[in-house]
Amino acid sequence: MSRIDRRFAALKAAGRTGLIPFVTAGDPSPAHNLALMHALVDAGADLIELGVPFSDPMADGPVIQHASERAIAKGVGLGDVLAWVATFRERDKDTPVILMGYLNPIEIHGFQRFANEAVAAGVDGVLVVDCPLEESATLAPLRAVGLQQILLAAPTTAPARMAKLCEAAAGFLYYVSFAGITGAGRLSTQDIAARVADIRAHAKSPVAVGFGVKDAQSAKAIAGFADAVVIGSALVERLDGAITAQDIAVRVGEFLGPIRTALDAR
Amino acid sequence: MPTIRDFQSWPDAQGRFGDFGGQYVAETLMAPLAELTEAYLRLRDDPEFLAELDRDLTHYVGRPSPIYHAERLSKHVGGARILLKREDLNHTGAHKINNTIGQALVAKRMGKPRIIAETGAGQHGVASATVAARFGLKCVVYMGAVDIERQKINVYRMKLLGADVVPVTSGSKTLKDALNEAMRDWVTNVADTFYIIGTVAGPHPYPMMVRDFNAVVGREARAQMLQQYGRLPDVLTACVGGGSNAIGLFHAFLNDSDVRMVGAEAAGEGISTGHHAASLAAGRPGVLHGNRTYVLCDDNGQITETHSVSAGLDYPGVGPEHAFLKDAGRAEYVGVTDDEALEAFHLLARTEGILAALESSHAVAQAMKLARELPKDGIVLCNLSGRGDKDVHTIAAREGVQV
Repeated sequence: MSRIDRRFAALKAAGRTGLIPFVTAGDPSPAHNLALMHALVDAGADLIELGVPFSDPMADGPVIQHASERAIAKGVGLGDVLAWVATFRERDKDTPVILMGYLNPIEIHGFQRFANEAVAAGVDGVLVVDCPLEESATLAPLRAVGLQQILLAAPTTAPARMAKLCEAAAGFLYYVSFAGITGAGRLSTQDIAARVADIRAHAKSPVAVGFGVKDAQSAKAIAGFADAVVIGSALVERLDGAITAQDIAVRVGEFLGPIRTALDAR
Repeated sequence: MPTIRDFQSWPDAQGRFGDFGGQYVAETLMAPLAELTEAYLRLRDDPEFLAELDRDLTHYVGRPSPIYHAERLSKHVGGARILLKREDLNHTGAHKINNTIGQALVAKRMGKPRIIAETGAGQHGVASATVAARFGLKCVVYMGAVDIERQKINVYRMKLLGADVVPVTSGSKTLKDALNEAMRDWVTNVADTFYIIGTVAGPHPYPMMVRDFNAVVGREARAQMLQQYGRLPDVLTACVGGGSNAIGLFHAFLNDSDVRMVGAEAAGEGISTGHHAASLAAGRPGVLHGNRTYVLCDDNGQITETHSVSAGLDYPGVGPEHAFLKDAGRAEYVGVTDDEALEAFHLLARTEGILAALESSHAVAQAMKLARELPKDGIVLCNLSGRGDKDVHTIAAREGVQV
């Protein structure tokens, strides 16, 4: 059983909704990325999504694009991200880490080389935004070494295709609750609830919901029908400008604390 | 790569040209792309649609465009005859309208009242704004802030045509960033919006669809060659940024194995300086903007900023069909520097009375090189993809002239 599967099984057994924060690796500070990851866990993260900076993040909104630009300007690359995960694993053997990003950095690094290094570092899954199911043969070397490929599902996904995604899902299925970019504002809870209920009935894996979740209230609304909630842009925005490890930890705690409480109060 | 017999049968059903192309996009785009693919595959064989397209190409765009023997230029160069396919004479002054007219008709048939486009030099933006006005569609054009500065005339032209021009200030503030922004708009507003991509890049079906609409250039040229010269040219050349005018010229000739094809990429200040936009000549296979192709990136996989004197060639990727033709050995791709393009621009202006776009000037420079290698009875057919009026200020500024 993978670390991701174990974590979701434990959440289910405890009747809890998972909290999955997303941060861009190396933002706000490459030097304190490790501190940031531990702070996320201390504030109640069940899994961590670590964004691999990319120059052309087509599916992300301005907040995450700017975080990527800041990290790239500081020289952050895939090699750094893998090294940070390896160091994180020295202290935390249980919290699953998922790398989220785009195909080009992985292809240029080399698929096989990335697969080997990611597993060695203690990465559990990859969410490659621009690699839909149809192009997933590309990622076979990653799956072969045990990395779970997290797939996205969207409100625009047609029923026949959704069935395929539910069948192919590993780790968890990430339902993008809004047919737009990350950080977008609109969200109709009822619509999402209906779709997610349907997906949960068919998917072989748990369903996490993200895109547009920004605070305790919106997280709690989703917690009623999802296995986990993903929070990205709002957190990245909150961290922007933090300089010290302590400042980062304080901001993470202030932001995730109420969300964790709201999720657990259900 | 196995030997390829039929170069005109690509892409396959998955939108792949050998190892290139495909649909490398986020899940949210898969449904809109499926809808578009289905609609386009239906329309490309629909006689009524094709007749409507033909009517507009004839009466609105002004097709066919002539092939013109540039005698004085050829003589000056001293070598083979240089023929120019005069896409600069199309309505709006470039080949771009061949594609936008086609896609606007697809948008109309799909019932989408709003079109969006990205633009680099502004030519595709103008061509999109033009057809939007022609068909009564709302039009939003995304353009990098740097390009807006470089191409003020085209920006104003788009506004005159009723389009909203949205400056893009992220990343390098050029074409690739405009493309990212347009893609985001499409994902968000897909219900009523049609995204007109201006080049043979992006996810399937765009490389195929944009190629099909531009292929009229090569079909015409091939027939004109046979009719007027009784033979095919020895070599074709065209500039390659994304590669739409080049594939437009090449496609009809792909199975004519005796016809050589050379794409001219922007070598900027020289490929060895790193300041260029020659994705095929100096890049490596990767994934950008929804397709696998040759890209310019660093060892971390970050797409690098490109340089060319011509905004329309300033793109770090290239259409996947060109990547395929390169690897299959069917076409060659070489770099032409800023200086070489400018020299060709001036020479063409003075010997033939034609102001070529800076993009097309790269092709003219390459045609001159090729003509020198061939005997006098040889023929180089060069795609003069656009006119240079839009570049007059850029050239003046570069040469220290106050206009």
